[in-house]
Amino acid sequence: MGADLLALLPEALLFLGGMVTLVGGSFTPRTRQWRLRITAAVATAASLVATVVAFSGDDRSVLSGTFTVDTSTSAARVVVLVSLLVILLLAAGELRDHPRESETCSLLLFGAAGALLLAGGTDLVVLVVAFLLSSIPLYGLVGIIARPDSAEAALKTYLLGALFGILLMVGAVLLYGLAGETGFAALGAELVAAPTVAVSAGGLLVLTGLLFKAGGVPAHFWVPDATQGASVTAAAFLTTIPKIGALVAITRLVAVLPGELRWATVLGVLAVASMTVGNLAALAQTDVRRLLGWSTVSQVGYLLAAAAVTLLSDLGQPALLFFLGGYALTNLAAFAVAAAEPQRRSLGQWAGLGSTRPGLTAALVVALLGLVGTPPTAVFVGKLTTMGATWDAGLAWLAVALAVNTVVSLFYYLRWIRAALRAPRATDEVVGAGNTSASLAASSAATLTVLAGLAAGPLWLLLS
Amino acid sequence: MLSVLVFLPLVAAAALLVPWVDDRLARVAFVAVTSLEVALAGLAWARYETPADGTLALSQQARWIPGVGSSYHVGVDGLSLPLVVMTTLVFLACAIFALREQRRARLQAALFLFLESVSLGLFVSADLILFFVFFDLSIVAMYFSISGWGHGQAARSALKFFLYTFLGSLALLLGFVGLYVASDPHTFDMVELSTNPPLQGQGFAGGLVLAALLLGLAVKTPTFPFHTWLPPAHSDAPAIGSAVLAGVLLKMGTYGFVRIAMPMLPDAWRAWAPVVIVIGIVSVLWGALVAYAQTDLKRMIAYTSVNHMGYVVVAVGAAGVLADGADEARRVAVTGAVTQMVSHGLLTAALFLLAGSMFERTGSYALDEYGGLAGTAPRYATLFTVAAFGSLGLPALSGFIAEFQIFAGSIATVPVTAVAVLGILITAALFLRALQQMFTGPTAGLSVGFADVTPREWTPVALLLATSVLIGVLPRPLLDLIEPAAATLADLVGR
Repeated sequence: MGADLLALLPEALLFLGGMVTLVGGSFTPRTRQWRLRITAAVATAASLVATVVAFSGDDRSVLSGTFTVDTSTSAARVVVLVSLLVILLLAAGELRDHPRESETCSLLLFGAAGALLLAGGTDLVVLVVAFLLSSIPLYGLVGIIARPDSAEAALKTYLLGALFGILLMVGAVLLYGLAGETGFAALGAELVAAPTVAVSAGGLLVLTGLLFKAGGVPAHFWVPDATQGASVTAAAFLTTIPKIGALVAITRLVAVLPGELRWATVLGVLAVASMTVGNLAALAQTDVRRLLGWSTVSQVGYLLAAAAVTLLSDLGQPALLFFLGGYALTNLAAFAVAAAEPQRRSLGQWAGLGSTRPGLTAALVVALLGLVGTPPTAVFVGKLTTMGATWDAGLAWLAVALAVNTVVSLFYYLRWIRAALRAPRATDEVVGAGNTSASLAASSAATLTVLAGLAAGPLWLLLS
Repeated sequence: MLSVLVFLPLVAAAALLVPWVDDRLARVAFVAVTSLEVALAGLAWARYETPADGTLALSQQARWIPGVGSSYHVGVDGLSLPLVVMTTLVFLACAIFALREQRRARLQAALFLFLESVSLGLFVSADLILFFVFFDLSIVAMYFSISGWGHGQAARSALKFFLYTFLGSLALLLGFVGLYVASDPHTFDMVELSTNPPLQGQGFAGGLVLAALLLGLAVKTPTFPFHTWLPPAHSDAPAIGSAVLAGVLLKMGTYGFVRIAMPMLPDAWRAWAPVVIVIGIVSVLWGALVAYAQTDLKRMIAYTSVNHMGYVVVAVGAAGVLADGADEARRVAVTGAVTQMVSHGLLTAALFLLAGSMFERTGSYALDEYGGLAGTAPRYATLFTVAAFGSLGLPALSGFIAEFQIFAGSIATVPVTAVAVLGILITAALFLRALQQMFTGPTAGLSVGFADVTPREWTPVALLLATSVLIGVLPRPLLDLIEPAAATLADLVGR
């Protein structure tokens, strides 16, 4: 039992850090709240250290089989925790001396702990708890830093979250009813004999609930509103961390459901829907945060394509995990650029960035071209291996859809680059000062994406 | 050896990004590094020995992503080494030409050194993923070159260029993934894929993969009907950007045909050869006719590129048609195609640099605004005339050697390709008309007060033209390099 609990040390440290930050915030004067931000970062770093120390190839099932520590869990932990550190860094400018500084930090930590639980949970009950643990901090995060649109965004997120949470629970109940078990190991054995229609219905409901966390079609409506309305800290968080937990959870779910090819096809169709809807909607956006919000919907489509074939191709699992890491860093680099220039919202306001802040512009270019999948960034390796895996699994149409969608995505990512490189016109409004810690976050995340792409070989071996 | 050749400009580019390097130093460093690259390429040629079938000379291999069968693998053979040498020459010419650059010279030098690195990297790649990495980065670098240093509607043209060629690159990537999935064991290694071509005898799947590759390469080459990005990109690009785009980047498409599509999918290539030949012939004639209709010098040169690349496509198509006793002819066609890539790189780069000199003086490319330039700018007129005659295929210049072999090989294999000879006629007519319009008659319009070219301008052009003349007069060293590789390739396609 003790060893079992030790296996959950990273999650526990994160949760503990969240508690300390929350309680400590009540006793710390407003101007010293930065200490709690540091505390949160220390807890995250400690959790990361615990993960790396425990990183091994052995799969372990702990706590009566309700939680599994394997390559997927470990990789998800590393990605979530590194992302969280980047988010805490990019949040510095926005949160400094803000009345909600410590609360926001603790919500970030709780939400991340929920996402980790989602990634490692191998029991329907744990899945439901993890869903709630990662969703409730999310609602708070979207609304906590009051901005004109944040109340609407928070309400929308909450209502959709509640709806999809209920769908998830209904699905879980259905599967439990069919199998008489909640643990995934036993579930898989029992469901083979159960009626296909009922299993499909239950599986689809749970899947839909998880898609809310992933921000994929059909549960994506809240993503663009939340990214536009919430603070940039919350936007960066909600487009990155819950997705990591949700996608790993989706692969665990479909591994349990009988009918590999059928579920791969279902996920493949959802993947195509997500990438297409996200890309087409992003084309028309002028607010960069909303544009990024839609871009994440399309990116989830690519990730779902990798998730679809984890069972059918040896490439699938490492491709998904690598892609998740690459996506998280690249997406955060883009949000960090947005955080570094909080006054610039619409594309037109980005004019002149190239001449005034060349370093930040370089980070933006790397991030956006990275999101397109330009080599040698990490997303390129992710996309390439995903295409290879889908084709290898016999779903060549998915690889084609991925390529076609990448072309579409180029249009809106390039619009932002063009806007940033344009010389400012006399009529452009003067934009206020940027902030430095977010720039640092942007350049470090952008650098990491390139390094991860170049070092894909060794990383790949760790993941497969 | 090859790795140093490829990455030296990259290191230099990174050094130039340091903000306290001043522009003058950057311009000199640009020339110094590109000169060193020419020397290194020459050294590589000196150390080159024709590799045995199924291997590459001077090859280096290191693990990169073993999990997906991709490695850092570089090497050269008779198909790639001529292009490597040509690339270093074109970049040296551009570096000299850019010695007077006033706009952000440091960044421009860094960008072009980066571009040289990726161009050379592409030609020496022996791994599909490595090839793709360089292919995509060349697009990114050229985009910034056009949008950052272009004129006119540069941002718009750059975007069009980017979208078109990126679309092509993704089609290419799909094709690569198809090759990877079909190979057993799964690999991206070009040498292995050429030795054991996947999808042999699977007509439909092979055809689809080849279609993806052809689409990607046809956009980059560009052939009819995917050429529409080329004229705006050229007319709005800076002079050295145009020179590199036409001289080096277009070759990446045709090089892909001979390096990837033909040896890796021989069955499908033979099946599709008639289509390739038709596309080539249409490109030749269409490019020539549209070039004839241009009144803008740069657009005219751009369309002649479509025409010249069309000859290459015709030749590689003809190499895929097996006929009794035509083996020798197919080899000649491939040799001609590779020679044409080198020749076009040298001559078109020279023409675009000359067009750039003109634009620097008058800000106009309109042919009819000039007249009698030979009187005011005799050196300029001489250089332009030599380049134009080279481009239209006059003997004693490299263009003749290339086109003669292309037609000798193609017509012997597929007689109908003789139609493409008309292209030479039209090109000759349009160049002669342009020469007459700009250089002869009374000095008029913008020619009045047109200062002749300075050493900074004529040196790079003369360098390129001298190389072309050298190839035209003494083709043997180059052909000795190309012919064995061309014969190997023709045999691979004939499997």
